[in-house]
Amino acid sequence: MLLLLAVPLATIFAFSFWTQDFLNIDHTFTLKNYQEAFSDPIYRAIMLRSVTIAGAVTVVTVVLAFPIAYFVSFHVRPERKAFWVFLITIPFWTSYLLRAFLWKVILGFNGVLNSGLLWLGLIDEPLTFILYNSNAVVITLAHAFAPFTILPIYVALEKIDRSLLEASQDLGEGTVRTFFRVTLPLAMPGVIAATLIVFIPTIGDYVTPRLVGGPDGLMIANMIQTQFLKLNNAPMGAALSVLAMTAVTLISLVFLFANRRFLK
Amino acid sequence: MNWLRLYAIVYLVFLYLPVLLLPVFSFNDATVIAFPLNGFTTKWFVELAGIDALHGALKNSLFIGLSSATLSTLLGICAARASTRYRFPFKAPIMGTIMLPLVLPEIIVAVSLLVVLMQLGFSLTSWTVIMGHTLICTPFAIAILSSSFQGLDQSLEEAAVDLGETRWGAFSKIILPLVTPGIVASFLIAFTISMDEFIIAFFLTGADPTLPVYIWSQLRFPKRLPSVMALGTLLILASLVLLSIAEYFRRRGIRRTGAKDSGGFL
Repeated sequence: MLLLLAVPLATIFAFSFWTQDFLNIDHTFTLKNYQEAFSDPIYRAIMLRSVTIAGAVTVVTVVLAFPIAYFVSFHVRPERKAFWVFLITIPFWTSYLLRAFLWKVILGFNGVLNSGLLWLGLIDEPLTFILYNSNAVVITLAHAFAPFTILPIYVALEKIDRSLLEASQDLGEGTVRTFFRVTLPLAMPGVIAATLIVFIPTIGDYVTPRLVGGPDGLMIANMIQTQFLKLNNAPMGAALSVLAMTAVTLISLVFLFANRRFLK
Repeated sequence: MNWLRLYAIVYLVFLYLPVLLLPVFSFNDATVIAFPLNGFTTKWFVELAGIDALHGALKNSLFIGLSSATLSTLLGICAARASTRYRFPFKAPIMGTIMLPLVLPEIIVAVSLLVVLMQLGFSLTSWTVIMGHTLICTPFAIAILSSSFQGLDQSLEEAAVDLGETRWGAFSKIILPLVTPGIVASFLIAFTISMDEFIIAFFLTGADPTLPVYIWSQLRFPKRLPSVMALGTLLILASLVLLSIAEYFRRRGIRRTGAKDSGGFL
């Protein structure tokens, strides 16, 4: 099992220092791929876009998910909680491909959203800023990762000792201040877990940018796939994979470090 | 707190919107996937029955799903027992590496496996996909199985050994029956993940596509979309049935070990 994972990762690392000429791989060590990755504006733009989109998805998903987790944990009767959790996880068991595709149907020019809004008379002509760009990617991914954020936050909220909240209110804090000074800090481990669970896979997502992203919404995974399967440039693809992995790891570590006081 | 409840309902609509559209369009009598609807039909489901490529992909996916679920559950049992019951050197780094695919973007797993297979000169077959899927399913299997192994009372096993059972006898007669619900749940989850996984299968599949790879290839042809919607509807039904079975076994397992129900799988 260890070999199954360690060997491929080591190979990809080695590959990123080689070059490829059609089908022959030149095994001499070179930093050319990395130089190209950093100097070529296309790679830079895609890398930056992947990080931005993943960041936006993470913020949107976590901010939208928190109230739901809070609602289920604090305002749903205990015997109904399992039902709510089940309700939240069901959509997530549909084929991921089809969910992404259906968002294309919803957001499209004469899609569900536009025809609905036209019918209601809220808009005069179809909205075009919601498909084939980064917005569409953010919406679709925010949907795809919703359960992954709700559940960790919910678990963290469930663990909070309710008597602490009562104590805070007895000592004269208002509901809002209790939330910000007691509930939120205690829920932070869940929020942090949720953030990482969303951020790490979204940066490498292939399907959604391809289906709803259009030319301006493509991300690093699409580029890696193109390098490997279309351009026959595996070393460049490997270099991009290593860079993506490094970016993910660095950002996650910085994020963990910035929030270390909540994790003790 | 009515605002919160209202928000929760709006959010659920957002969550269910795409899923509910699936059956709507699969019964819609039009080749275009858009509103307004055009009347009721079941012809897309009938059409599904006649596509040979689809049947091949489904069989292939089932084979890959069953094999990777079996392999990852077996590996999961070993790893979960080792990590909950024994201490060994480098335990933390080893367990960390095994759980790594959980936090690695899948595209990285896919390309790195592809590169190794290319270098070793392996041809891409269903077995390469099984390898990739086992790799990503095992962490989930371990997570589920660890909680069943942790809930066990160690003295049960010791008592069996004291009463004259061999180590293996104690394991197979006492421990295994107690963790069976966990094993079933882990198997079903791994199976579901493998059936739905696209990117690794896309990279590692040879001549026989898996179901998601087949669906992906069909999304390019507008004429095929309604039958893809019908297929999606059937898939949701199938995964709901599987999930309910998994949930049933998980609850039964918790009741058997006498632990408290601490929520769902994740």
